[in-house]
Amino acid sequence: MSGGVESRQARAGAALAAPALLLIGGFFVLPVAAAFLLSLTDFDIYAIADRDRLRVVGLDNYAALLRDRLFWTALANTTVFVALATPLSLALSLATALAVTAAAVRAASLFRTLFFLPVVTSLVAVAVVWRYLYHPRFGLLNYLIGLVGLSPQDWLGDARLALPALVVLAVWKNFGFNMVVFMAALQAIPATLYEAASVDGAGARTQFARITLPMLRPTLLFVAAMTLIGNFQLFAEPYVMTRGGPNDATLSIVLYMYEQGFRWWNLGYASAIAFVLFFLVLVASLLGAGLTRGKGAVQ
Amino acid sequence: MKRIALHLGLSVAAILTALPLWWMVAASFMPSGEANAFPPRLWPSRPTLDHYATLLARVQLGRAALNSLLIAGLATACAVAINAMAGYAFAKLRFPGRERVARLLVAALVIPGQVAMLPLFLLLKQLGLVNTYWGVVLPSMASIFGIFLVRQYVQALPDSLLDAARVDGASEWRIFRSLVLPWCRPILVTLGLFTFMGAWNDFLWPLVILSDSERYTLPVALANLVGEHVQDTELIMAGAVVTVLPVVALFLALQRFYLAGLSGGALKG
Repeated sequence: MSGGVESRQARAGAALAAPALLLIGGFFVLPVAAAFLLSLTDFDIYAIADRDRLRVVGLDNYAALLRDRLFWTALANTTVFVALATPLSLALSLATALAVTAAAVRAASLFRTLFFLPVVTSLVAVAVVWRYLYHPRFGLLNYLIGLVGLSPQDWLGDARLALPALVVLAVWKNFGFNMVVFMAALQAIPATLYEAASVDGAGARTQFARITLPMLRPTLLFVAAMTLIGNFQLFAEPYVMTRGGPNDATLSIVLYMYEQGFRWWNLGYASAIAFVLFFLVLVASLLGAGLTRGKGAVQ
Repeated sequence: MKRIALHLGLSVAAILTALPLWWMVAASFMPSGEANAFPPRLWPSRPTLDHYATLLARVQLGRAALNSLLIAGLATACAVAINAMAGYAFAKLRFPGRERVARLLVAALVIPGQVAMLPLFLLLKQLGLVNTYWGVVLPSMASIFGIFLVRQYVQALPDSLLDAARVDGASEWRIFRSLVLPWCRPILVTLGLFTFMGAWNDFLWPLVILSDSERYTLPVALANLVGEHVQDTELIMAGAVVTVLPVVALFLALQRFYLAGLSGGALKG
């Protein structure tokens, strides 16, 4: 520790890391801590103008959330959205990853690029596009289902269909991302495993269940956690397509936080909503980490 | 037989995936009213650039495109420089508390960005940065993901190279500038791409921070446009194309860098 080289390195390391750490500290860690304190106050539009109006109310905001019908609606909608969109996205991305990496497929990179394209698009732009695709009279979707004899639906105007319609958009938008991660993991499985299994007479289905799935498990859990966390943050789709309607059927937790915080300026209450979101994501991540433990997925 | 079924299935999936984007582009070139026809058209009867001209002249989407370019460019330049420095430090330079800070950063990855948003808004209001480009850019100038992306890559840089440079009397800053930076250029391109696309596509934060429509980014301006011109389907689609096209072009041009960032296991930290 006394060597000049080491202390020179320590100084350089601290200096090079400092800008990033200061920025992350000042514009992320500190605000997160402040958000918790804020959630214990009644900070509202009057407090923005005059800080003396601020009162500490303890856990009142959280208690109020429990009695807030709209909050429960947002929580239920978000949960349903996460529970539908996450497995659908995983299934579709795994299926396409398996298909694209299959040895017999030609033009695999063209398929990969096509499936990935929605991932890089702006969510707002594609939400706008899908809003028209879902149009009850002129929409492409109603035309397509009409071809197979189904009757047209008011996808975004029907309280039972609006949330599933957002699920379809979200899965379309993000499955390509997961597909690419799965493709990398599939290509990392040693071919000798499959060769040995073939020699032992194992069929394709057995090979998938006994080799592919177990080898993919760490990646699968990682991708599941990332998708889950992303889905909990549902915002732009309902903001652009439905404004949370019809009849609050697509009101999400983040949309409700946005409305409470930045439309009505109830920053204390909105912070409590943000922390409930944090709590949900944390529980989901810990469950995922618990499942992954001992499998060497998290370095 | 099985091979044909596989290709058929993939082709159907690819067409369904591309269809919304195809329709967006086709509708943006249709004469007014044609996108609201039944059965829907997938090709303009008489392609026109009218809607793009309207976007530039009447609704100032060109201005929004410029704002987006400025904000995404600024965020990218800062994020690449700042995360490269920190990533290198975390990989190769022993400084006090390094491991503990690294563990804290990994733990902080599970905190959704929205949690910080409300106090951050109040903080930037105090600093006079609400409704400014810097207000949009500041929170994305350093990212935990970016630090670890660079760190993982730089770990493969042989220590012997660094030590040789030190023996030759190079300063630490010089080693970083002329040895480390050139060496990790591929991952910096990847990081730059991620940052640019993230900043370009970001919606909630610019929506919160920018109140003046002169400063709107493309996604915010587009969401606004839908509110005012919802009946002008072709115009809105032209706006969507303008919002989507630059990043799609960027992705297609540099896709190997982008996909390398996803496939290298870099995301696992």
